[in-house]
Amino acid sequence: MSDIDSYREKLRPGSLPHFFCPGCGCGQIMNFFLQAADEVDLDFDNLVAVGGVGCTARIPVYLDADALHGIHGRVLPWATGIKLHKPQLDVVVFAGDGGVGAIGGNHFIQAARRNLDVTVIVVNNLNFAMTGGQVSPTTPSGLNTMTTPYGNREERFDLYELAHSAGATFFSRWNTFHYQQATDSIKKALNHEGFSVVEILSQCPTHFGRYALGSGEPTRGMEWIEEKSITISDAHELTGEEKKDKFVLGDFYSEERPVFAGSTVYVEEK
Amino acid sequence: MLGNYALVEGALAAGCDFFAGYPITPANEISERMANRLPAVGGKFLQSEDELCSIYSVTGASLCGAKAMTATASAGFNYMQEGLGYASSVEAPCVIVDVQRCRGENYATQSDVMQMKWGASGDYEVVVLAPSSVQELFDYTVEAFNIAEKYRIPVIVMSETTIALMRENLTIPEPGEIEIEERDRPEVPPEDFLPFSPNDRGVPPMPSFGEGYHTLYSLNPHDEAGNINWDPDTYENMYERVLGKIQDNIDDVSIVEEHFADDADTILVAYGSEFRPAMDATLRARDEGLSVGLLKLGTVWPVPEKELAGAAEAADTVISVEMNVGKYTREVERVCGPRAEVRSVTKNRGSIHTAGEIYSAIKEVS
Repeated sequence: MSDIDSYREKLRPGSLPHFFCPGCGCGQIMNFFLQAADEVDLDFDNLVAVGGVGCTARIPVYLDADALHGIHGRVLPWATGIKLHKPQLDVVVFAGDGGVGAIGGNHFIQAARRNLDVTVIVVNNLNFAMTGGQVSPTTPSGLNTMTTPYGNREERFDLYELAHSAGATFFSRWNTFHYQQATDSIKKALNHEGFSVVEILSQCPTHFGRYALGSGEPTRGMEWIEEKSITISDAHELTGEEKKDKFVLGDFYSEERPVFAGSTVYVEEK
Repeated sequence: MLGNYALVEGALAAGCDFFAGYPITPANEISERMANRLPAVGGKFLQSEDELCSIYSVTGASLCGAKAMTATASAGFNYMQEGLGYASSVEAPCVIVDVQRCRGENYATQSDVMQMKWGASGDYEVVVLAPSSVQELFDYTVEAFNIAEKYRIPVIVMSETTIALMRENLTIPEPGEIEIEERDRPEVPPEDFLPFSPNDRGVPPMPSFGEGYHTLYSLNPHDEAGNINWDPDTYENMYERVLGKIQDNIDDVSIVEEHFADDADTILVAYGSEFRPAMDATLRARDEGLSVGLLKLGTVWPVPEKELAGAAEAADTVISVEMNVGKYTREVERVCGPRAEVRSVTKNRGSIHTAGEIYSAIKEVS
């Protein structure tokens, strides 16, 4: 167990204060990651932290490691180039529900299919937050956002179903209430060889809270997510219809499959 | 050798060790040969899921120290514009090949000449090389890697259906005879290193990922330490340097050939495959005693203004020859217009000019 000073050493000098809103889950999740990284002795000299554009995407900017930032949704193509050219590097991607569920959806699917050896931490705050609270592919049906003023008429993505069917070899989902479990799952994901995804449902008091829930209180956002959260074993007892508006939490699965090393790998002819 | 293959051989000779590409005609032979050749020399090949993945995986590999390239054709190049802007902003050296084709079909054209320079959002400078033969597909691709490494920029090889799918003789120099540039590397330890502090060419030395330099590569305006910084002075200074490193070294990145241009009354200006009929027409006209010269632009961006202005100075007429609706003529007009009459000879019919067509244009002004 480390104290907070050892995490501070992992932050990029001069990068604070961070720009997350008061009560945002991104700061918590960065903390989960720092604790997990510390406990698995992740070498920050060997780490590339990758973020696109959005609230979650800012996390790599605050980490004292090599980092990429500033293009929406292309996190996995960057990671693919890095892992193919220098497979020995540890690559951790921080992405939001927009980055992997919308604009970068195909990259997410293909990287999962290839079993690219990276860890993806998805902060799912259920809306496009940096741009002001628009509907996202993971916004639950019926809710109001800035672009669904009469209620969201679309079905939401279940990122577990998406990742699993695409070929990811590790998936866990938690929310910001469950800091110990989330941290433990990030540790497992960092130690996993292959495409590992940890989705963390996160409160967005500034936008999702105010527009969808009618409350900008961070704790209200956390409670709302927690009230709808059930365990994997609970979920087995429910019908599809009953599960529809629930968030299923837990370590879903971990499996072994060869990791991707390039579309063609030279094998000397005998 | 096939033009697309010659380009691959040029890339490999320059040290290319990463390639990503998405299928598109007429660039497929580049991917196919790379898939075959790269792994055997220790490089990595990726068939990407789209052109965005191509350009960003190339960028990621480049920041790891790779000499990385992607190839596409016109429609696919559209998708790469976003990544071109990013690579330029974080100064990731890479080479992008655009084998230009007509919309929807693989007929000959040079209609991407403006997209090369003006397609991405924000401010950037790229160097665009326009080979005119199979040999130049090899030679210019080597040069593209060298410029990319030396100046930490994306360099575009502006190929065309005509030459990409043409077979001609190719002479590959012995490895020791090819000049190869490598990016400047940091000479100080990480704690003393400023990742965007330039050398005397305006180019910051570049570490690779995983060497302890903890560099942040953000599209956002960044200071010399790499930290995101929205201070207006930082913004202005950053772009002045990123653009200036090319503008200030334009002679070093300009490939221009002058043929009989010294004191000709009429000067043709041509780039890419259009150089070929333009040269034939020039020789024919000169055989008949006409005072004609030819300026061949191997570098089309940045515009080699000094050479264009110099050739126009002594001439009465400048004829800009290109295989599109006359796009680059505006640049020729801008530079040569104050010095000589500028005429535009265009062909936008999916095929290259004949020498006769260009010869007729020469006769009109002679």
